Amino acid sequence: MNNVMGIINNNPQGISLKEITAHRSLASTPIAARHRLIDFPLSNMVNSGIKNVGILLESRFRSLLDHIGPGKAWGLDTKQDGLFLLPPAHIYGNNQIYKGDIENLYTNLDYLHRSTQEYVIVAYPFIVCNLNYRKAFNHHIKTGADITVIYKDLETMHRDSHYTTIKTDSEEKVLDMKVNPDTRKETRVSLKRYIMKKDILLEIIDNCVSTGQWDFEKNGIASHLSHYDVRAFPAFDYIAITGSVSEYYRRNMEMLQPDIFNNLFEGIGPIFTKPKDEAATKYTTNSKVNNLLAANGCYIDGEVESSVLFRGVKIHHGARVKNSIIMQKSEVKENAVLENVIIDKNVRINPGKELRGDPAFPLIIEKGSVI
Amino acid sequence: MSKKEIVAMLLAGGKGTRLGVLTKNIAKPAVPFGAEYRLIDFPLSNCTNSGIDTVGVLTQYEPLVLNSYIGNGSSWDLDRRDGGVTVLPPYLRETGGSWYKGTADAIYQNINYIDLYDPDYILVLSGDHIYKMDYSRMLAQHKQWNAEASIAVMEVPWEETNRFGIMNTDDKCQIKEFQEKPEEPKSNLASLGIYIFNWPLLKDYLESDAQNEDSAHDFGKNIIPAMLGEQRKVFAYNFDGYWKDVGTIKSYWETHMDLLAEKNKGLNLFDRSWVISSVNPNRPPQFVSRTATISHSMINKGTKICGKVENSVIFFGVEIEEGAVIKDSVIMPNVTIEEGAYVNKTIMGQDSIVKDNARIGVGETQEFDITVIGEGETISNGKIIEHGSVIG
Repeated sequence: MNNVMGIINNNPQGISLKEITAHRSLASTPIAARHRLIDFPLSNMVNSGIKNVGILLESRFRSLLDHIGPGKAWGLDTKQDGLFLLPPAHIYGNNQIYKGDIENLYTNLDYLHRSTQEYVIVAYPFIVCNLNYRKAFNHHIKTGADITVIYKDLETMHRDSHYTTIKTDSEEKVLDMKVNPDTRKETRVSLKRYIMKKDILLEIIDNCVSTGQWDFEKNGIASHLSHYDVRAFPAFDYIAITGSVSEYYRRNMEMLQPDIFNNLFEGIGPIFTKPKDEAATKYTTNSKVNNLLAANGCYIDGEVESSVLFRGVKIHHGARVKNSIIMQKSEVKENAVLENVIIDKNVRINPGKELRGDPAFPLIIEKGSVI
Repeated sequence: MSKKEIVAMLLAGGKGTRLGVLTKNIAKPAVPFGAEYRLIDFPLSNCTNSGIDTVGVLTQYEPLVLNSYIGNGSSWDLDRRDGGVTVLPPYLRETGGSWYKGTADAIYQNINYIDLYDPDYILVLSGDHIYKMDYSRMLAQHKQWNAEASIAVMEVPWEETNRFGIMNTDDKCQIKEFQEKPEEPKSNLASLGIYIFNWPLLKDYLESDAQNEDSAHDFGKNIIPAMLGEQRKVFAYNFDGYWKDVGTIKSYWETHMDLLAEKNKGLNLFDRSWVISSVNPNRPPQFVSRTATISHSMINKGTKICGKVENSVIFFGVEIEEGAVIKDSVIMPNVTIEEGAYVNKTIMGQDSIVKDNARIGVGETQEFDITVIGEGETISNGKIIEHGSVIG
């Protein structure tokens, strides 16, 4: 895989996780107790042996930069190749807005030209999975396709999520591809992992820029299926698409199931994240827990059931937390009750407060709130 | 190399004989501690938090794990452009070479390393004590009082004075007399094995000590008494925080129980103003199943808990299967405890496996009743291991 580079494409394609992505990019959205969405595509790439990764930044990328740093956690802090942060075009001009990933790539053409790898894998961070690209890449070489898309056949699809669906013939040639269509006829969903020669990516960028189109997936691939030989390659492991708040909530809750947890974390390769020195999580004599994912540095003196706790969360005496996600350093004071709630970072829920959402419509408490 | 005001020398070559099977393959400072750490994390983090960026680590016994753990020091922010951490094993010279014969000899053999930084002061530390201390305060007192040497001391219970080096001071905290493990102590101020010396002075003493063939080349036995004998200005620095020598199985276990105690009887590891850093392995979050019960315990990431855990410290990578019961124990990294097994008041060495329904730490309670299972041991199905046994 020395001949392959990676691009993490942070184009949100209209996806919003409401308050959760109000001040952070989709890529740096916390998930699974101690991770951010970008940990998955980035780890998948380094686990596959890719040593050169460029990250397309969108807007609100402070938290992403903070998380990634020099890429040390992923072993990408190297002199040769390594990690490259590719700023968006609109920050260079006045009153400009983010047009799309193509403009972002176009602004950073130097990086693409200077990279020595012949092939490139483009991955979007809001689809979480643990996969190794070697098989797909070998398949790509064997079929001689221009572009290979990795997909999964989904049994259930959710109305409120975001899917790129594909239709293929018996030889896995992609005949039709639609980015988040309203009517869904196909069950094959693109994992938004695209393998191609770097020259084809450069051609797509050139074509799009010269015709005023800015979305790599829609304008570069979906509308060029007759021009390029696009082939599909199946994935069978667990995937989580976080295309909406309720999907994000559902996927976090789903990771509390042992088989899904094992598939995601003990499958193909380790998922790396920025390390933070924290003591182990402390449970007191009063703690009552039943099915949770927890990071380090938590203090649990209350009751927690079927919940995801990020680093440094405190659940005080008599508090009851159920079916909830509580992000870094938030605190649930004595006798407070939470059910179906997503609590962002640094929130304090005062003693005795009761907050309830619905499983299909979880209540989100914004970062830094005191309730 | 630019001049440094102070260089720390961390003595990490000890075998830790009293920890028995726990140090069979690793040096004492590399022994895992507190669910997340190894012993050496404490002095190294204290150095970083005290603003000391140049640390020599003296290794000798079973250095492999320790060396790879320290790496380039980045885990403690000691990967500096200038200074940082340097591992210093004994080495051969043109005139021959030898193992480190004692704590003072270890420093003596590395005079060249220290002189690279031309420091005014040397801080000498041990790699096997659990405590949080701001060495910059000790240095401030050392400078303010115009001391030639300073020794950190702490009041210990009178009945324990015979385990320590006891310092007898005058009313201005100047040390007048040193008693090593005295039967009839004159004070209860125990040395914590933390020293600051004026480097030019220490160098003189080390050089003359090296010539003395009768010397044990030890700070406590030789260097400090020699300085006191010549009326050097040696002062005590009073420390009143939590400090524990974890050199024995009993104290190692007790220190873990202190960590669990309510109201922070032990060390506060959650204090964000004095973070203890570690190599911090990349692991998934801890997974607690529907069948788990957890009470009064510390549990690290990368664990899977499906059984019952009570009053115990669980390191990363540990799996506790359904129906297993862990009580009053310390379970080191990557241990698997299978279904229905029972582990009571036991220290489980890393990578060991307890098979189905085995029972560890059962039977008549003896006086010394902590059970110890060494690294990589397998306890077979249904096996019964009595209180206080040592396996490995």
